[in-house]
Amino acid sequence: MKDLNLFNRLSKRLEDLEKLPKLDDSKSIPTVLEEKGVSRRDFMKWATAVTAMLALPGNFTPLVAKAAELSDRLPIIWLHMAECTGCSESLLRSDAPTIDSLIFDYISLEYHETLMASAGWQAEQNLEHAIEKYKGNYILMVEGGIPSGENDFYLTIGGHGNTGEHSAKLASEHAKAIFAIGTCSSFGGVQAAIPNPTGAVALSKVTNKSVINVPGCPPSEKNIVGTLLHYILYGTLPALDAYNRPKWAYGLRIHDLCERRGHFDAGEFVEEFGDEGAKKGYCLYKVGCKGPYTFNNCSKNKFNQHTSWPIQAGHGCIGCSEPDFWDAMGPLEEPVADKLYNTVFGGGGADATADKIGVGILTTAAIGIAAHAVISKVKNPKEDEEH
Amino acid sequence: MANKRVIVDPITRIEGHLRIEVEVDEDNVIQNAYSSSTLWRGLETIVKNRDPRDAGFLMQRICGVCTYSHYRAGIEAVEDALKITPPLNAKLVRSLMNQALFMHDHVVHFYHLHGLDWVDVVSALDADPALASKEAFKYTKYPIATGENDLLKVKDRVKAFVDKGELGPFANAYWGHKTFNLTPEQNLIALSHYLKALEVQRTAAQLMAMFGGKQPHPQSLTVGGVTCIMDLLDPSRMGEYLTKYKEVANFIEHAYYADIVMAGKAFATEPSVTSEAGTMNFMSYKEMQLNRTEYLFDTGIIMNGDLSKVHPINEDLITEEATHSWYADDEPLHPYDGKTNPKYTGLNENMTIGPDGKEIHSKTVDEKGKYSWIKSPRYDGKAMEVGPLAAVLVSYASGNKKIKKVVDEFLATTGLPTEALFTTLGRTAARALQTKAIIDNGLETFNTLIENLKVDQDTCATYHIDKDKEYKGRFIGDVPRGMLSHWIRIKNGVVENYQAVVPSTWNAGPEDSRGLKGPYESNLIGMKVQDISQPLEIIRVIHSFDPCIACAVHVMDTKGKDLGTYKVDPVYGSSC
Repeated sequence: MKDLNLFNRLSKRLEDLEKLPKLDDSKSIPTVLEEKGVSRRDFMKWATAVTAMLALPGNFTPLVAKAAELSDRLPIIWLHMAECTGCSESLLRSDAPTIDSLIFDYISLEYHETLMASAGWQAEQNLEHAIEKYKGNYILMVEGGIPSGENDFYLTIGGHGNTGEHSAKLASEHAKAIFAIGTCSSFGGVQAAIPNPTGAVALSKVTNKSVINVPGCPPSEKNIVGTLLHYILYGTLPALDAYNRPKWAYGLRIHDLCERRGHFDAGEFVEEFGDEGAKKGYCLYKVGCKGPYTFNNCSKNKFNQHTSWPIQAGHGCIGCSEPDFWDAMGPLEEPVADKLYNTVFGGGGADATADKIGVGILTTAAIGIAAHAVISKVKNPKEDEEH
Repeated sequence: MANKRVIVDPITRIEGHLRIEVEVDEDNVIQNAYSSSTLWRGLETIVKNRDPRDAGFLMQRICGVCTYSHYRAGIEAVEDALKITPPLNAKLVRSLMNQALFMHDHVVHFYHLHGLDWVDVVSALDADPALASKEAFKYTKYPIATGENDLLKVKDRVKAFVDKGELGPFANAYWGHKTFNLTPEQNLIALSHYLKALEVQRTAAQLMAMFGGKQPHPQSLTVGGVTCIMDLLDPSRMGEYLTKYKEVANFIEHAYYADIVMAGKAFATEPSVTSEAGTMNFMSYKEMQLNRTEYLFDTGIIMNGDLSKVHPINEDLITEEATHSWYADDEPLHPYDGKTNPKYTGLNENMTIGPDGKEIHSKTVDEKGKYSWIKSPRYDGKAMEVGPLAAVLVSYASGNKKIKKVVDEFLATTGLPTEALFTTLGRTAARALQTKAIIDNGLETFNTLIENLKVDQDTCATYHIDKDKEYKGRFIGDVPRGMLSHWIRIKNGVVENYQAVVPSTWNAGPEDSRGLKGPYESNLIGMKVQDISQPLEIIRVIHSFDPCIACAVHVMDTKGKDLGTYKVDPVYGSSC
C-alpha cells in the first residue's frame, strides 16, 4: 500500500513534468536513443538497473524510464571551481549503451567548460543567458572546492575577473536544485586537506540553499545520473544522510557488499601487497582498506561499465567519498585502527552508520574490526603453513 | 593607433582555468601575449608532512584528465628516493596503463577538445554524404563510421539541432570562420568521428580500468609495484584487454590518424597554423617501456629547431622562477630547493574588445608585474617546449626507427616538408603520430608481460623506510602533455618537500626576469587574427598544446610561512 501511494505520487509528478515544455522539440531522449541505435529493450534494461540502484521496487521501472525521457525539461549548468576535471571525465565514461551520458551530451547542458564549443566572452554569454532564461528552473551542478572568504582570489574566471565564489553564489541563488558533484564541492576535497592553503570550502558553505552532495573522487557516473533522475522522479530532495548524501547511493558501507567480505569473515587477509593472499583475493583490511568506514555503492556498481573497482584491482578503498578523507583516512595503506592520531576519531570522518556521527560508535567499530583482524590471524590455520 | 587588447577567458575545452590576453595592432597582428592561470590549489603544500606512500594518491588529484600521470610520478619519485626497483611485471603493467592513457587522452583531445577548432560543424550540413563517403577512402583503406548512410544520419541529426537554433554544447562558437579549411564533406567525416570517438574513449578508459580498478583516478599502484595481480593471472581478463585494445587501435589508425592526414593537407596553407613554433627548443624524456630494456621514446633536447643534433639532459640545469607569477620569491631555483609563498597582486582595470567587437570595461593582467599562478621553468636559462611534438622530434632526430617510420610516412602521405612539424599544425599531428607509434608497438609490452608471467609472478618489491635517514628522489618521464618531473625529499619518515614540474608549466608559463617568453606566449606573437571578436586562431594555437592548467599550478616549499603544524605519525612500511 505504501508502495502504491508512492507509485501514484511519482506518476502524478511525471505527468506534471510532462506538461512542461521541452527545451527543444528536436532533442527528446526517445529520439536521441533511436538515433543512437539504442533499442527500447536495452533502454528498459537500463531503467531496470537504475530502478534497483535507486532502491525502488521493480514495478517502478516504467516510471524511471519515463523520468529519463522527461529529463529534457531540465536545463543544467555545470560549473568548474578548484578541481581536476575528474568528475566531468567520470561522466564521460558513462555506461553502455551510454544512456547516462546521452542525457548529458544531447539534452540540456547549457554550460560546461570542458565540453562547450564557445570560449571567452561568448562562453560567459552562454552562462548569463542560461541563468536569465531559466531563472529558478535550472539544475546547478558544481565540480570543485570553492576558494572563499579573503582567499577567493585563488580562482577567478572571465574577462571581468569574477571570483569562483562569486559565480557559485550567483548560480546557486537562481537554481531550482543544487548538486555538489564530487568530494571537492561536497566537502572541500584535496585542496581543503590540512593545511588548506587556499581556504577551499564545500559548496554548501557559500550558499544558504540546500545542496545534495554526490561525493567520490570521482563519483561514479551512476551516482551523478542517478541523483538527477531521483530529482526528476520526486521533485524533492532524496532522503539524505548526515553529510547530505543521497541514502540510496551512500546508505551502505563498501564493506557491506564487498566481494572480498567472505575472506574478512574467514580471517583471510593480504598481509603485504604482492603476497600469496593477494593472488587469492583475500581481504585488504590490513593493507589499509577503508571499506568498513566508507559509505558508497562501489562494491555494487563498480566503475567503467562494471569493468572493475579498486578492491578488485587489489588495492584497498581509500575512503574517497568521506568528508576530510585525506586527513581522516591517511596513511592510506595502514589500517585505521593502527593509527595514533589524526584518524577518523579526531578527524570527524566516517561513521558507523550513515546517519549520525558518534565517536564512541566509531571507536568501537574500528577497534572491533582491528580486533577481528588480529584474532582471525591467530585462528587462521593456514598461517602456519605459509609463514 | 594604440594597440587593442583582447581577452579570452575562460579558454574552454581544456583542463583547468586559463586566461589568454593579447595586444593586437591596427592590422590585428598580435604584438604581445600573456598566458595566465587563474586557479591555485596548493597540492605540494598539502602533501608535506604526510606518509610518502600517500604522495602518489594525493598528487594524482592534480588532474583527472591526464589521470594516472601524477599518480605514477608520485609513486616512482618515492621509489627513486628509497632506491627501490619494482619487478618487471609491475613495470610492464604500468607501461600498459600508460599506453591506455595516451590512447584515451589524445583521442579525446583531438575530437572533443581541439577538434572543433579545425572542424566547422555547421558547414557539415552542406555536405553530400555520398561524396563524403568516397572522400573518406582517400585517407584510409578501411574508413570507420563514414558509410553514406552513417553520414546521412549524422547530418540529419545535427541539422535538427541547427534548424531549431539550439546547438547545445555546440552553441555560440565561431562557425563559418574564414580559417576553417575543410570542405563540407570533410567536416562531415570529422563530425561523424567526433560522435564515434565518444564511444571509443569509453573503451580506451576500460583498458586502464582493467589493471587500475577505475578511470579516472586508477588505484592499483603502490610504492614498490602494482596490486592487480589477480587480474594479471586471469586469462579471460588478459583476453578481454587484447580485444578492447585492438578495437581502440583500429579507430586510432582508420579514423584519428586518417583525419590528421586529411587536416594536414587541408590546412597546409593556413598561416595561423603553419607559422614557426615560438620556442624552437624541444625537450623530451624516455617513455613507454616495450620489453625488458627498450623504450619507445627517447631522451634529449633539440635546440633552435636543429634536428642534426640531440643534446643530453642535465637535470641540474632545470630551474623555476616567479618574476611574473603570483609568488613572493622570484629567483630561479632548482626543484629540490624551490620555495613558494603565494603573493596575489590582482588584475588591472582596463578596456578590451568585447564579444561584439566594441571596447568594454574589463579586468586585465598586470604584465609589468605578476600575472599568473604558473611559474616559469627554464632549462639552462632557456624556454623549452615539451609535449608530443618534442617527444616525436627528439626520437626522430635520435634515429629511432619506430618513430622515424611514422613521421616519414606522414610527411610522404601529406606532402608536407619536415619544417611543417615545427608548427601548430605539426603539434597537433605529433599527437596522432605518437599515438600511432604506440598502437604499432604496444602489443610488445603486452606479450612480454604474458611471457614473463609464465615464469615470474612477482608484482611488488619489498622496502623499508628508515626514520633516521634522509632521502631524495625524482621521477622524470614523458606523459601525454610532455615531460613531467616530480621531486621529493623525505625526512623523519614523512614528506619534507615536494615539487612537480609539469608539461603545461613549461609551455604555459609567463615571461621570466629577462623578458624571455614561454611557448604559449611566443607562439601567439606575430600571428594575425581575422576577427578579434572571434579569436578562433588564438584558441586553435593554445589548444594545440592541450592545456592542463590544474597540473601546471603548484607550489614547492613554504619556507618562512607557517601553513599549519599537521603531522602524521609515520608508520613504516616493511614491504610494498
